[in-house]
Amino acid sequence: MTLTKRPCYFLASVKKILLVVAVVLVYILHQDIWFWRSSYLVFGFIPIGLFYQGCFSVVAALLMWLLVTFAWPSHLEEEVERANPGEDEAR
Amino acid sequence: MIPAIVVFLYLAAVLYIGIFAFRRARGREEAEDYFLASRSLGPFVFLFSLFGTNMTAFAILGSSGHAFNNGIVTFGLMASSSGLVIPLTIFLIGTRVWALGKKYGFMTPVQMFRDRWECSHIGTLIFVVQAVLLVPYIIIGIMGGGTTLNTISGDLVPFWFGGAIVAMVVMSYVFFGGMRGTAWVNTFQTVLFLCFGAIALIVIGVGMGGFRSAAQGLQASPLSSLLTRERISPYYFFSYTFIPLSAIAFPHILIFCLTARKMSQFKKTVIFYPLCILAIWLPCVFLGVMANRVTDIPEIRQKQEARRVLATQGRNMAPEQRDELREKSGGDDVIMILLKRYAPLWLAGLLGAGIMAAVMASDSQILALSTMFTEDVFAFYGGKTRFGESVQVQTGRIFIILITLFAYAVALRAPETIFELAIQYAFSGYAALSPLLVAALFWRGSTKWGALAVTVWTALAVVAVAVLQAIVPAPAPGPATIVWAPGGLEVLSRTPGGTAVFGFMPVVPMVLISALLMIVVSLMTRKPAAATVAKYF
Repeated sequence: MTLTKRPCYFLASVKKILLVVAVVLVYILHQDIWFWRSSYLVFGFIPIGLFYQGCFSVVAALLMWLLVTFAWPSHLEEEVERANPGEDEAR
Repeated sequence: MIPAIVVFLYLAAVLYIGIFAFRRARGREEAEDYFLASRSLGPFVFLFSLFGTNMTAFAILGSSGHAFNNGIVTFGLMASSSGLVIPLTIFLIGTRVWALGKKYGFMTPVQMFRDRWECSHIGTLIFVVQAVLLVPYIIIGIMGGGTTLNTISGDLVPFWFGGAIVAMVVMSYVFFGGMRGTAWVNTFQTVLFLCFGAIALIVIGVGMGGFRSAAQGLQASPLSSLLTRERISPYYFFSYTFIPLSAIAFPHILIFCLTARKMSQFKKTVIFYPLCILAIWLPCVFLGVMANRVTDIPEIRQKQEARRVLATQGRNMAPEQRDELREKSGGDDVIMILLKRYAPLWLAGLLGAGIMAAVMASDSQILALSTMFTEDVFAFYGGKTRFGESVQVQTGRIFIILITLFAYAVALRAPETIFELAIQYAFSGYAALSPLLVAALFWRGSTKWGALAVTVWTALAVVAVAVLQAIVPAPAPGPATIVWAPGGLEVLSRTPGGTAVFGFMPVVPMVLISALLMIVVSLMTRKPAAATVAKYF
């Protein structure tokens, strides 16, 4: 008897939903209406609106890392490999 | 003059890189090698050249100029929203286009659309609309080059001559080096700018007596609203998140996605993209805002005075007078002015070269237009079969010369600031074309008639916005001029910065109606053959 590794569709769906929720959440965070009129200076020189959006960029990079780690479309790579076998070796 | 000499040396270095790439490719007169560097770019070059391709004069001069007049909101408007939307679209769309390009040999988006929807002339129409929308982007680069050289040389190099030099250098290395030369130059330029951006921030900060005192002085002054986002409405801010959708629809970005050797090279690009944007835009926006605290530079005081007069007396002025004041208050050259004032001569030259690096990103657009012309028109209509691949490459090179000359001629006459010109036409138009890619890659039911509807709508909408803005003059800062308000509902208005539809930028209805047209028209029309659809899903 051979054991085949089956993908867990429930976990895959939950993962996908969580990632979509994360993207939507980060998009909402970008709107940042809460610091709209504040001219408070973080560390005495960075306006809080600018500081917030700078931090947002770091959060966006973390979100991209999550997507690349947990939702990378590796099937596309496999399809290309099947269509052009041995291409890398030829280069 | 020393800074100008340093910039000229830099231009010579860039030219050499392009010619070096040409020598390396000598003997290989294949279209795929010239236009796509044989789909062989490594991870480092792929990340920095793709990013550098997106960082134009608009990012550097336009962002600091916009921040000078509108405050910190500039960063959230374009930079951080791009840091989210652009890598997301590269992740979702760029990877798929790369895989299809590898499998089926596509070199342009139109080739993919023609195959996906079994169409020919509709593809040609998409090419025409894409090409027309791409030209303003090329003009930005030439205008930025002219502005930079003019400022850094202390008016010794006039705008027309600076623009001509930049156009010549870009044209030469694209002409010789093709995609390989362009990618290498972009990588060199991006690294240069990332290094010098930080130095510029420190040098100017020290020169101004520290950012702490400048920021606190600004906070206590009547210009404190520049430290907030009060000058821009939340509707406008929300609208701007639609603009970065244009990035993946720009042919030069999509064509660049085809140059990666492996799909895994997208991983670093996707993750580091928001951080690269942060590294370049944050200093530019911050410096643009802080320039308002500089009191000992006459050019900056003149700009502030023009802005003040426009705000207080603009309502009673003729449109031409307002346009003149708007031009005078434009801040596209503030970074260069700050560098000239606070950096030592040799360093100002190096930093100017760094700025020039970003300004000259129009190379990819020129190459993309040439690729599209030779593949989507010349090759598609039989030129490649009749004359061979070598003639196809030579045709591409001639096209590069013609398009650069055309863009230069327009750049000399264009009255808009760099920022406005880019946003109003190219960005909004390409954002409205983005549903084409989504439909082609993710929806089996999409059809060529849906694609046609999207393309025609985009062209009409861009023309409508341009005509409206030409007919109705921009009002003075303050309330917008209402153009159409049936039953008291404000539908269409002319704002100081452009046009508003229900308070949103035109890009919002343009994208939404594009998507709707794609859905409705596709549902009503015949789908491509099952075998064709099966290639994509």
